[in-house]
Amino acid sequence: VTIHTPHVDWFAISTILALLGASFVALLAAVLVPRAIRRPFAAVVSLLGFAGGVVTSIWLYVDSATPHAAISGTFERDRWTALAQLVICGIGFVTTLVGWEHIASGSDDHIAEFFSLLTASAAGMAFFVGSANLMVMFLSLEWFSIALYVMCAIDYDIEGSLEAGLKYLIIGSFGSAALLFGCALVYGSTNRIDFTGIAAAVGSHGLTGDALLVLGLAMIIAGLGFQSSSAPFHMWTPDVYEGAPTTVTAFMSAATKVAAFALAFRLLRTAFPQEEHLWSWAFAGIAVASLAIGNFAALVQRNVKRMLAYSSISHAGFILIGLSAGSTLGGRALMYYLIVYSAMAFGSFAVLAARERELGAPVTLDNLAGFGWERPFLGVAMWFFLFGFAGLPVGGGFVAKFYVLSAAYDHGWTWLVIVGVIATLVSLYYYLAVVRAMYMRPSEELRVAAVGGGAPAAEPFLHVAVAAALVVSVGSLFAVGPLIDLAKHATSALPF
Amino acid sequence: VPALPVPEREVTVSTFTSLLVWLPIGAALVVWALPLSRYATGALAVLVSLVEVGIWIEQATRFDFDRHGLQFEQHHSWISDLGVSYHLGEYGFSLWLVGLTVVAMAACIGYGFWVGRDRARAYFGLMLFLTGATVGVFVAQDLLLFYAFFEGMLIPLYVLVGVWGGPGRLGATVKFLIYTMAGSLLMLAALIVYGLKVGTFDLVDGPTSPSRWIFLGFMLAFVIKAPLFPFHGWLPDAYREAPPEVTAVLSGVIAKAGTYGMLRIAIAKFPEPTSYYRTLMLTLAALALVYGSLLAFRSPTLRGVVAYSSLAQSGLIALGLFSGTNLGYDGAVLQMVAHGLVSTALFLIAGTVERRTTTDQFSLLGGMAKGRPALATLLMTVGIISLAVPGSASFAGEFLILAGAFQRHWWWAAIGAGAIVLAAMYMLRAISAVLHEARGSTVTDAALDLRPGELALIVPLVAALLFLSAWPAGVSHHAFAGDNPTQVVKGQFR
Repeated sequence: VTIHTPHVDWFAISTILALLGASFVALLAAVLVPRAIRRPFAAVVSLLGFAGGVVTSIWLYVDSATPHAAISGTFERDRWTALAQLVICGIGFVTTLVGWEHIASGSDDHIAEFFSLLTASAAGMAFFVGSANLMVMFLSLEWFSIALYVMCAIDYDIEGSLEAGLKYLIIGSFGSAALLFGCALVYGSTNRIDFTGIAAAVGSHGLTGDALLVLGLAMIIAGLGFQSSSAPFHMWTPDVYEGAPTTVTAFMSAATKVAAFALAFRLLRTAFPQEEHLWSWAFAGIAVASLAIGNFAALVQRNVKRMLAYSSISHAGFILIGLSAGSTLGGRALMYYLIVYSAMAFGSFAVLAARERELGAPVTLDNLAGFGWERPFLGVAMWFFLFGFAGLPVGGGFVAKFYVLSAAYDHGWTWLVIVGVIATLVSLYYYLAVVRAMYMRPSEELRVAAVGGGAPAAEPFLHVAVAAALVVSVGSLFAVGPLIDLAKHATSALPF
Repeated sequence: VPALPVPEREVTVSTFTSLLVWLPIGAALVVWALPLSRYATGALAVLVSLVEVGIWIEQATRFDFDRHGLQFEQHHSWISDLGVSYHLGEYGFSLWLVGLTVVAMAACIGYGFWVGRDRARAYFGLMLFLTGATVGVFVAQDLLLFYAFFEGMLIPLYVLVGVWGGPGRLGATVKFLIYTMAGSLLMLAALIVYGLKVGTFDLVDGPTSPSRWIFLGFMLAFVIKAPLFPFHGWLPDAYREAPPEVTAVLSGVIAKAGTYGMLRIAIAKFPEPTSYYRTLMLTLAALALVYGSLLAFRSPTLRGVVAYSSLAQSGLIALGLFSGTNLGYDGAVLQMVAHGLVSTALFLIAGTVERRTTTDQFSLLGGMAKGRPALATLLMTVGIISLAVPGSASFAGEFLILAGAFQRHWWWAAIGAGAIVLAAMYMLRAISAVLHEARGSTVTDAALDLRPGELALIVPLVAALLFLSAWPAGVSHHAFAGDNPTQVVKGQFR
């Protein structure tokens, strides 16, 4: 008996391999490398892994002009995958920089494990965005989710870290279960698990509107809604974002969204093009719910991390506007938005991490007072991120909103444009509350003292990471053309 | 005598338009990045603002006022797949508004330098950023670019009021921002709908549109920015709490972005909705004019008078614009420039009074003319110009506007003329409450006359006003090519 092993296009999964390799070395370092140099060693390994991932995903992007399935049709090698991988690796790189100084700063006990998990979860995401069948999609989702559950709980000195991990585990499992159930139903209906096969089966067997298929699609959408923290599947987000170490929050808020939305768009375009009328309405509904819940809940938050968690829900809503348009314009808008949003989200959480460490307490609107004047660079960066979130023209956030709203109008949904505009208006209030707290209320008045009273810790790596996020979020306003071209070529890999 | 052959000057100074926008923004980045001393920062900012004035003068001398269409044009692709481009250029009227901006900003930055604002790097950086963004509004020829600059003005203003403002600044900034953003975000929706429908966001190439909804979306942003009654809710708080030089910018320059938008976008691109809503707009304008004048007359503070008179003047300008007549357009442009200068000068003078007496309450002021001839002369001169005494620039502007409104219907002119009487009442009341009457309790002998530094800021503004008073046609006959505004507007300025 001969077993035919499939031909493996190793280059197609080189990004994943680079990250997994780094993860493996970092894990070994946890046991083999002496404690004194474990932190820098593991961090450098992680940086190298992400740098390698950046290089390979750029290479893949350049080299994958004609999309094709690799490894027996389980993995899609195309520019959409490569671009999403590039963004994920970029986020991972800066997360490593922040984590180097911030994760478990009291002890080096689990530092190598942290970097191992970080690279592993990024590898899972890199696999997830390229998955071409339901099985691979589910497995890679579990792969990066499990790594994230542990990362949330890794700093168990922090109050709430364990709780966040547990909450995420339970609710995340629920989301995964919904996704898996949906996959099963779709398989039951079409007898196929590969994305293109599903679309073909629906077409050839006239399954459009089949109850099993529609229910399966709904469950899959719910499962992806959990991962992307879109309302009404967002309940875990504020608690987990608040409780997790801020470095992890920064990574999750940026990378998980990129992975979830990039995959969602691919899945829907490839597997369910016949059901577009259903899912575009479903996503429009989820978008409106996310915008409403995210924005209104953020209005009343005093804890800034929680506020930004709700803001990430509202941004999920904006991204979903692009997704629900379902067009090439929507795809471009989605990718551009993800790039800009992840820079701003990561950057703003990184700034909070610095303040949190300085205070030794959760950051609230009250103890943020005077921050802008005390730490000019971080303050100005935060200012740019917040105004960018609000869609003011100080960065790509402005163009990103313009793009998703244009996609909605192009789809014929002027009402969604109006909803987006009103949501932006509401969001201004809480973003500006942070600016107000940072700059307009003198800290002397509120008697906020840093831990130990001395100068804040020098955090060169964190500054580099924030600077990188700032460059991307502001530069994307001026480099709209090149970025949109990247997104355009990526989108053309998907069937329309 | 045969006319001398005019040498055809090749216009090679298009880059100056970009320079006018990006020089101050670049300077702002430099100021933020470099650890300069307070003095050096202020000096650099003043220098940059004077260079801006210089560039503008260079442009004005090279501007061909008889030529139709856009001048000093710059065009680069920006977001090509949606038809958005980086397109700058100037028309006659935008040239004058750019001039107003750079001159007023130079005076206000100079004022900030003179009074020594703390956190100098942040302050001057923001003022420079504001200069660039405001010039951008007047020269942008692409809707999205226009919108970006229109919003871009808000950001520095928000921080300037919020950090350097008075005790009620936090509430004032929230109100200001929410009001103006409500308007401009609906404008964003409107411009997306317009741009995607016609396939381009270019203001020059874009066709006219009959859509009333889009027109209203744009107009809402402009009437809030201008502001007109009943969209002026943000105005009293913001004008009271902002530092005087920022209030001067707000009422002298930023408000003009609203009326400019009405002319450049709402009226030019939406002729059918303009005539459909003409009565409504004229009514709002007339209400702003009368209501603002009445409030100004009742205001117990100097800044309040000037603030509400700005509301009234915005109404007057809108009256001219929406009269849709040659005289109305000419007068509106002249009045934008004249009132911009008047209100900048008045708020700066109010600032100097506040610095001396700690207040601008009329009940605590009075008798300042005695022993302070320079202050008295300047306040009197600007006040007289402001109340549109015959022979002044404001008189020319108001007369043209009223004549234009009269051509539309006599009652608009009647309402306007009535408001001018009110203007005389509130302005004379303010002048006498500050300069004359019994000496106020806060006016001590230590309150000196204007210092040379202050004179250097305010006298040029007054000189510009006197020049315009002597030759109002300098603006009103050089705002629209061929001096036939209705045709030019109808042709969308092409």
